[in-house]
Amino acid sequence: MWSFHRWFEKHSLILLIGILVVVSIGGLVQITPLFFIESTIERVEGVRPYTPLELAGRQVYVREGCYTCHSQMIRPLRDEVERYGHYSLAAESMYDHPFQWGSKRTGPDLARVGGRYSDEWHRAHLTDPRSVVPESVMPPYAFLADADLDLRTMSDHLRANRLLRVPYTDEQIASAAADARAQATPFGEGAYEFEQRYGRVAQRDFDGDPARVTEMDALIAYLQMLGAGVDFSTYQADAPENER
Amino acid sequence: MSYAEASHLAQTWGLVLLAVLFVGAVIYALWPGNRDKFKRAAETPLKDEDDDDRQA
Amino acid sequence: MAARGLTETGDEALVILAILIAGMFLVLFGAGSVEGPFATQMWTMFVAFLLGAAGIVGQLARAPQSGKLSRYENGVVKAGVVASMFWGVAGLLVGLIIALQLAFPNLFYFPEAGWTNFGRLRPLHTSAVIFAFGGNVLIATSFYVVQRTCRARLAGGLWPWFVFWGYQLFIVLAGTGYLMGITQSREYAEPPWYTDLWLTLVWVVYLLVFLGTIWKRQEKHIYVANWFYLAFIVTIAMLHIVNNLAIPVTLTSSFSYSLFAGVQDALTQWWYGHNAVGFFLTAGFLAIMYYFIPKQADRPVYSYRLSIIHFWALIFLYIWAGPHHLHYTALPQWAQTLGATFSIMLWMPSWGGMINGLMTLSGAWDKLRTDPVLRMLVVSVAFYGMSTFEGPVMSIRAVNSLSHYTDWTIGHVHSGALGWVGFVSFGALYCLVPWLWKKQRLYSNALVEWHFWLATIGIVLYITSMWVAGVMQGLMWRAYNDFGFLEYSFVESVEAMHPYYIIRALGGGLYLLGALVMAYNLWRTARADAPAHERAGDHPVAAASAAAE
Repeated sequence: MWSFHRWFEKHSLILLIGILVVVSIGGLVQITPLFFIESTIERVEGVRPYTPLELAGRQVYVREGCYTCHSQMIRPLRDEVERYGHYSLAAESMYDHPFQWGSKRTGPDLARVGGRYSDEWHRAHLTDPRSVVPESVMPPYAFLADADLDLRTMSDHLRANRLLRVPYTDEQIASAAADARAQATPFGEGAYEFEQRYGRVAQRDFDGDPARVTEMDALIAYLQMLGAGVDFSTYQADAPENER
Repeated sequence: MSYAEASHLAQTWGLVLLAVLFVGAVIYALWPGNRDKFKRAAETPLKDEDDDDRQA
Repeated sequence: MAARGLTETGDEALVILAILIAGMFLVLFGAGSVEGPFATQMWTMFVAFLLGAAGIVGQLARAPQSGKLSRYENGVVKAGVVASMFWGVAGLLVGLIIALQLAFPNLFYFPEAGWTNFGRLRPLHTSAVIFAFGGNVLIATSFYVVQRTCRARLAGGLWPWFVFWGYQLFIVLAGTGYLMGITQSREYAEPPWYTDLWLTLVWVVYLLVFLGTIWKRQEKHIYVANWFYLAFIVTIAMLHIVNNLAIPVTLTSSFSYSLFAGVQDALTQWWYGHNAVGFFLTAGFLAIMYYFIPKQADRPVYSYRLSIIHFWALIFLYIWAGPHHLHYTALPQWAQTLGATFSIMLWMPSWGGMINGLMTLSGAWDKLRTDPVLRMLVVSVAFYGMSTFEGPVMSIRAVNSLSHYTDWTIGHVHSGALGWVGFVSFGALYCLVPWLWKKQRLYSNALVEWHFWLATIGIVLYITSMWVAGVMQGLMWRAYNDFGFLEYSFVESVEAMHPYYIIRALGGGLYLLGALVMAYNLWRTARADAPAHERAGDHPVAAASAAAE
């Protein structure tokens, strides 16, 4: 009697399979439904794929480990909504490979930082954080303004995203590098074509140096679009299709 | 199998199966007849010849 | 039982050589990448493979060693002990640096050198302490324990050395990559796709070496410590592969895009992240507890039955707990509730395991007074009990709404990491060095006492300051004034952290100091300052059996 457990003790392969069965079930039951249930992600207007410049800026954000101190996930708690804005929707990170929700707020949440500060403020703050916020403990990112944005593989970045069902067109992929440059060079070459491809997206010289397209341009372009897409004056959180 | 069927199965028979397996493991662990075997197993690290002279 | 996973005839050297040479050709394709950091990583791999190949050729050129094998393979365990100590000190040092950066942001201030910034050093710290220190401790102790409890020599000839050096290469690639800005931004899974692939290969070999040793065991029963090691190895393999699924931008680029996006990506990551705690930092180190505490106390484990229940309950419950990292986020609420429920249930097996470890000492509590190494092991179990109580509490949604995003989480992690993982590892290393280097005892028990108290005071300073800091942050963020407005701006909460960040850095500094004392003590022990001692298991098998007759 009860000899079944003796298999586990004596046969390591069966023990191994037993472990795998037990630990797989949790993942299967928890994670897989999220891919099938319609209501995991709301349908909202205004969430769009990143422009090439924003995507490059997002890579700078990832590279510098900004997520180690800044979250991008506003919880539906009164103080957070008042401090940062409308709570984050699942739809708002539907094109984020990987997600940047973060887990720690050594600095404030950035989910809706877009449009809150001027480009000049971001520039000064990233170059020397304590020049604008004396109590800040943030490290300096002055070197971003000196680094030309490497656009050689920009098309490959968009192509990889399209494989993951981010809806970039062939044209957008082919002209990714030119579009990145065009977004940071208003009234310059390609500015009109950029607007044709991406619509009315902010086209500015984000880093204040019109001669170059730098990593500072890219990062500020990314920060300035964060959370600004969805028009919450028309979003109804308690509509049945938005309940989860 | 659709998701609804899979989740129904996981939430009914899957749950029962895991619970039964776990109860089985507990009963096995507490079964009086296994006492001596476990006692021997627990001695495994101590009867290692490598250490007979470690304390010396 | 007759199955042998990996050959021991020496053929394996040629297979490893072939892998390394193939690897050299592969990485040369990447060495011409337009991305400078990626090219540097490929050259690093090339040099490592070249050195490995040279080492193997040197090994083959030497006289064959058949018939002269000692009963147990100790060399690779020794190497693991040295690597553990080295990476432990390095990881703690980086931790101290980033703690000081938060306390004094102008101290390590290099506006033109991105690699010195907190954002790049933080993954260097977490990876160095978890994977470099913890991983080496787990590999070394598992290789030691599986041989002793199976009474069989480690399987696979040179393959364990492949695991050891392959793992060190993984660490170097990951660490230098972070400094150059190569990261996937998945917490505790930051290394890029090619480093992940390399680790997968190393890990599969690790599993086969471990299983191969179990398959040729002389003992009928597989001792429970090996179950925990096996669960650790297998589950980490599964988690690592699923969480790192990604599409590289090109085959000569360090960039990749996660297969999942947004909410699915977040749940996959925290399913991984929480179970990295559960199966890397818990199951693996519980295996250490189940071998080293009975061994050092010279008493069998308190209840073997409890250990069986502990094992199945722990691995069944742990795997569900991940979503408690995502309370009140855009993750559907049913998943959050499920995660919290299992997290609270997890309290029971955790404390079952703690009781089992502590009560092993019953009837021999006096040993705690005289044996500082045993005390370190036992205190680690007490910290395990404390962290596994705090964890379920923090997984309750109401508590989590206050604690999440704050330094309370950092305090919780470190009570587990410094108190449980750190102390149980230190205890095991203090045991292993005299055993492996054939010494009767450590160079100095007094220095172990110093280490114990420096580290304990360090932990107390660390976790109490982070508790206060975290609760204060949480309360300040949600405080309202009489007019119904938010009382504090965010930066006021940053300013309020200053004294606690200083205390935290002090605590971390003491903990590092203790580790340095330990490194000195172990070095003096190994270096023949402690009385030498031969052990039967180290002699060639033939000679030993002849002597026995």
